[in-house]
Amino acid sequence: MVGEEILNILKEKFGKVIVNWKVKGVYNPYARIKPENIREVAFFLRENSHLQFDYLMCLSGVDLGKGMLGVVYHLNSISKKHRFTLKVDVTRENPNVPSVEMVWKTANWHEREVYDLFGINFLDHPDLRRILLPDDWDGYPLRKDYQVQEYYNGIKVPY
Amino acid sequence: MGEIIANNKNTNLRTEEMVVQMGPQHPSTHGVLRLEVTLDGEIVTDVKPHIGYLHRCFEKQCEAMSNYQQVIPYLDRLDYIAAISMEWSYVLAVEKLLKIQLPERVEYIRVIMAELQRIASHIIAIGTYGLDMGAFTPFLFLMRDREMILDIFERTCGARLLYNYFWIGGLSHDVPLDFIDRTRQFCNKFKKTIVEVNNLLSYNEIFIKRTANVGVLPADVAINFATSGPVLRGSGVNWDLRRDDPYSIYDKFNWEVQVGKGERGILGDCWDRYMVRCREMEQSVKIIEQALNQIPEGDVKSAIPKRIRPNVGKMYVRTEAPRGELGIYLLSDGSTSPYRVKARSSCFVNLSVLPEISKGAMFADLVAIIGSIDIVLGEIDR
Repeated sequence: MVGEEILNILKEKFGKVIVNWKVKGVYNPYARIKPENIREVAFFLRENSHLQFDYLMCLSGVDLGKGMLGVVYHLNSISKKHRFTLKVDVTRENPNVPSVEMVWKTANWHEREVYDLFGINFLDHPDLRRILLPDDWDGYPLRKDYQVQEYYNGIKVPY
Repeated sequence: MGEIIANNKNTNLRTEEMVVQMGPQHPSTHGVLRLEVTLDGEIVTDVKPHIGYLHRCFEKQCEAMSNYQQVIPYLDRLDYIAAISMEWSYVLAVEKLLKIQLPERVEYIRVIMAELQRIASHIIAIGTYGLDMGAFTPFLFLMRDREMILDIFERTCGARLLYNYFWIGGLSHDVPLDFIDRTRQFCNKFKKTIVEVNNLLSYNEIFIKRTANVGVLPADVAINFATSGPVLRGSGVNWDLRRDDPYSIYDKFNWEVQVGKGERGILGDCWDRYMVRCREMEQSVKIIEQALNQIPEGDVKSAIPKRIRPNVGKMYVRTEAPRGELGIYLLSDGSTSPYRVKARSSCFVNLSVLPEISKGAMFADLVAIIGSIDIVLGEIDR
């Protein structure tokens, strides 16, 4: 199934939730949806018999600038062999996105990584801790305005 | 302890769970990985992997580079055992953004190199897995042949481990004159080694006893955890990006995807994952031999752009690295350096399934399970 057909199925069910989209002439067709609805859309994409997105390839955080952060979900279907991308945008003041860990278990570690490096909170995540950095690290390094801390446990950080 | 036993008077003895820290310096974790293992006697009730000991801020460093080409040496250091496969994903992503058409010869050399790298990587996986299980000889036999691959790489680009060989739009060097002969020589020799290793290790009764029926990963769990590569195929899922999401020229070759069949135990056990790697090496030899016969003449540097400045855009590209799907999510803001590079590492995702499959296993089998996932910490921690 190509991106356009997938988007049409999605629009039929979640017309109001989709903010914008681009499916023509791109390698990775995508739809940007409202962050509060991500989990129900994810469930629908996995369970719909025409779509069957059973495989979450990648979940990445992005600093979009202008006070916005984004989460990108790259989906794949092993049985149907098609792909699609979901995007959500959140503000820096209120970086909350519902977790999709209960839809795809693989999101557990991916979400921890995004939380670790971007400071996006995943609501209802079972174990939201830092994963790559130490637990007592300050700040979120992949944000574009990140300033490294002067000292970490008495060790000088910038060298 | 004595108090507890005294209070219970032999009738209902109370046992306690014990937490054992395995690693970060432990030979069987293949790097600096720490596992917090909760044990009930000899039985594992919970495993919590702690990673990040090797974190080198790969993604942050990519953003600090002054051009796209400079990122490639950092990619080598992700999965340092399969550096060429790491480079390929990124190079492919930038080429797709720039819409570069590659010369035929470049594609052929890339396939040959990537498949040689796959063999070299599986050699380490299989050899060290044998070591973990107490078999020392196959490791030596395999490393002897890996040396031949590294020699081929060294003669081509000067490096033995971290190559910086794939460039955006081409390759850093053309192959040397005796490349085809040497690679053929290797293929012929390696076919015999595979038979030898199968006799020594794969069908060895002791080895089968240690690995069959251990760490069973059912197919639906494997998909839900988005595992990839031999871990996914070991569970019987017929999925290989080289065939199912073809890139480069893999569709020109005649080869088969290897999946686990549950021959010696339950489908998806450690032996199945191990055996998929063994059989994949045979298939890689098959691909290399076909590519060597068809390789055309040409200039490998003709398509390298003078100035790399993609338009504003996003690209998610995935390739089949030896350990599974390596995805690169690349954001370009129209400048000369990448805005964001995200590496979806296969080992990172594959390791996340460890707590799921090791619950209820014996503590000694945990080593077998970790070895069968085949992790490289450089790629996990990035």
